Amino acid sequence: MVAANEQNKNDILLELEDIHMSFGKVKALNGISLKVRKGQIHSIIGPNGAGKTVMMNVINGLYHPQKGGVYFKGKKINHIRPYARAKLGMARTFQKVEVFGGMTVLDNIRLGRHIHYKSGIISGALYLGKSAKEEREHRAFIEEEIIDLLEIESIRNKPVGMLPYGLQKRVELGRALALEPEILILDEPLAGLNLEEVEDMARFILDVNEEKRWKLTCILVEHDMGVVMDLSEQIFVLNFGNMIMSGSPEEVQNNPEVIKAYLGDEELYSTRG
Amino acid sequence: MEITKELTIPKLFFEQATKYGKDRVAMREKEFGIWCPVTWHDYFENVKYISLGLISLGFNEGDKVSMIGDNRPEGLWAEMAALCARGVGVWLFQDCLVDEVKYIIDHSDTRFLFGEGQEEVDKGLSIFHECPKLEKIIWDDPKGMRNYDQDYLISLKEVMELGRELDKKEPDLFKDLVYKGHGDEVALLFYTSGTTSLPKGALLSHNNMLTMGKHLMDVDPCLDTDDYVSYLPFAWIGEQMMSISCGLQIGYTINFPEASETAQENIREIGPHVMFAPPRMYEEMTRRVQVKNLDATWTKRKLFELSTKIGYHVANLKFEKKPVPLYWKFLEWLASIIVQNKLKDHLGLSNVRNAYTGGAAMGPDHFRFFHALGVNLKQIYGQTEVAGISVVHKSGDIKFDTVGHPIPGTEIKITDEGEIITKSSSVFLGYYKNPEATASALKDGWLHSDDRGFIDDDGHLVVFDRTKDVFTLRDGKPFAPQYLETRLKFSPYIKDSWVIGNKKDYITAVLCIDYQVVGKWADENKLNYTSYTELSQKPEVYDLIEKQIRQANKDLPDAAKVAKFTSLYKELDADDDELTRTRKLRRKFVEKRYEDIIDALYSDANMVHIDTTINYEDGREAHIKTDMHIRKVID
Repeated sequence: MVAANEQNKNDILLELEDIHMSFGKVKALNGISLKVRKGQIHSIIGPNGAGKTVMMNVINGLYHPQKGGVYFKGKKINHIRPYARAKLGMARTFQKVEVFGGMTVLDNIRLGRHIHYKSGIISGALYLGKSAKEEREHRAFIEEEIIDLLEIESIRNKPVGMLPYGLQKRVELGRALALEPEILILDEPLAGLNLEEVEDMARFILDVNEEKRWKLTCILVEHDMGVVMDLSEQIFVLNFGNMIMSGSPEEVQNNPEVIKAYLGDEELYSTRG
Repeated sequence: MEITKELTIPKLFFEQATKYGKDRVAMREKEFGIWCPVTWHDYFENVKYISLGLISLGFNEGDKVSMIGDNRPEGLWAEMAALCARGVGVWLFQDCLVDEVKYIIDHSDTRFLFGEGQEEVDKGLSIFHECPKLEKIIWDDPKGMRNYDQDYLISLKEVMELGRELDKKEPDLFKDLVYKGHGDEVALLFYTSGTTSLPKGALLSHNNMLTMGKHLMDVDPCLDTDDYVSYLPFAWIGEQMMSISCGLQIGYTINFPEASETAQENIREIGPHVMFAPPRMYEEMTRRVQVKNLDATWTKRKLFELSTKIGYHVANLKFEKKPVPLYWKFLEWLASIIVQNKLKDHLGLSNVRNAYTGGAAMGPDHFRFFHALGVNLKQIYGQTEVAGISVVHKSGDIKFDTVGHPIPGTEIKITDEGEIITKSSSVFLGYYKNPEATASALKDGWLHSDDRGFIDDDGHLVVFDRTKDVFTLRDGKPFAPQYLETRLKFSPYIKDSWVIGNKKDYITAVLCIDYQVVGKWADENKLNYTSYTELSQKPEVYDLIEKQIRQANKDLPDAAKVAKFTSLYKELDADDDELTRTRKLRRKFVEKRYEDIIDALYSDANMVHIDTTINYEDGREAHIKTDMHIRKVID
């Protein structure tokens, strides 16, 4: 019995406990608690202004909640800064792509790799034995695990700013993956993409979640209900800073409150054919 | 090298691999950003194990093996392995729709299908139960394959493992198999693209393929130090000719691009010495140069114009076989160091000794463009049924309206009806399971092409188009629509064209804009659009196209001028059966499909309403409703 409990505890990668976050008089998050299980895809849905992005920012450390605790791998990380959270194994993408437009695709992805570099400035600049080896290993990782996965061979040397929006989103995902995170936070990864790009992106998310090499836990904020219902194992529904329910896609789809608050008519479920 | 009747492709492969061993690179593939070499030794080992693996799986002599996927070493290994096991190779176009895959797999009695990755495997799975003879599907790219557990799926690695085990038990088996073969046995079953009907399977023997390569290289020798980039579908006979017929004989290095989208970039990195591509590849290069030129600064544009003028002048002198005066030679040198060498470098043409084009008509404008650049571009004439080509230009004897002289060992005659007929050791064995078609194509050893043509005073063959494609103009003269179509396509804004007007009062054209180029033009001119359909119907775009047509109409006889045109709401696509997989227009089909448009072009209407569905490669359909304008160019 003890062992089972222990097992269960280890299973939880990220936990929010009674999070309160307000901006002036606006209560953006009102006592949110949730648990993110290892290896699953979780989605957060809710109408505009429900507090989804605020919640992402709380998890990732851009905002510090006034009350409540954020736990990552059982450790409280409330006061850890975003870059340090990245080192712990947290990566995210943004609602509006935040890539370095003037840099090439490869450089953008390499940046994500930065936290894994061990050699110092001098040995790096001189390309000395150990750092040369390290450099080669990082190169192999980026090429074999990321560029190949995301199928961006043809653009690796192009400046990101010149690329269409859909590809920029892909590059941003690539940069997040370069961190080799344990948890991947995706803020509206499908917004603004066309049908084909949505299909590609959904496949990449499934790949990094299922592929033995990655086995990433994902948190997804998304409006595309068709994709959310297909991909997620667990869905959290937010409305006006409150969590109105959490459960499997089926439970969420059949919950009358959710339907009323967010989904509206049943016909709106599959927003894309 | 002597090609005897005994020699087969596997025997030659065995000899070459023994000769070159570990010292020479047989092929290269760009993977993860690096060119990875495969030596002849590796090539040999891989083929051997795949071949023996197939035998472990129950492969029998004469069995058909189909392959589908991008150009990559594994594809060529699978083909060679099938041949070594004394089987027959069948290639499918990678973008084939499921129905086409089913037809070919079923018709060819394929037992083993090699697919590259998930996409190809999916196609295989969806037809598996409808093709009772199909037994195993073999894949090599593990991406996305984690959830597939059908027992008839097997990875290339596992096949090779089976082969290794068999090799341990019977170390001489592979060699014995290879040396059992005879040159007259069937090597490849090649499905022709069929502009008119269902694809027909042409049976090509080892001897057909090998003599083909030998005769071509008698005209234009290749070296074993040459590089060749393989990026066109293996299901196209031209690619087989270069990779197998020529490549294996001479032993040059075959390079495979990283992905199909990077092909152009990879060609530039390799700088191949020989190139063979259908006209659309060269058309694309021309378009790229023209578009970049439109974007360039004033000085660069002027320099380009000047050097092109010099290039054209010198090329014309060479076409006319006149001596080039010293003064022009100097200018040509100047133009080449200032502009043309750089341009050639960008197109990956710096090292090209011979560039060939064939498979469809190429317009003189494009042809001259390359000669003005100093690229030795040659037309060829050939067909699947002669295992590649039968006629080619000789260096220094190039006329852009002909296709040159027959290659050695090839006889070309024109029948009384004007049909081109060919006799050579490369003429195919017949069509698979189609004796009627075989009988009408092969008469007394002569291959009837259904193409019309004549031999000019210099002994060059001139090919008209398919007999049924030749138009009669209103003044009673015959006219080849392809001539006008390629002429229209010389404009960078026009990607595809279809000319109508057989026995009609005037000529009309249906055009497809180049989405990228016109899209960019629209951005610059502040035109808003959201889709191809919308962009294609903008009045400003019509103005733009009209200008291009007026340009093409210049110096054409009145009866052959385009009088009316319309811009099609979608691109012509092989997935909709409008083009063949090698992108030739299927005239009969489009005439029927777009009957309404033709009717409108030959009436007083200035608009035609479209309400139709289009198909995507993955089987989905989309409904389209739009209005197409019709624009008059001549009253």
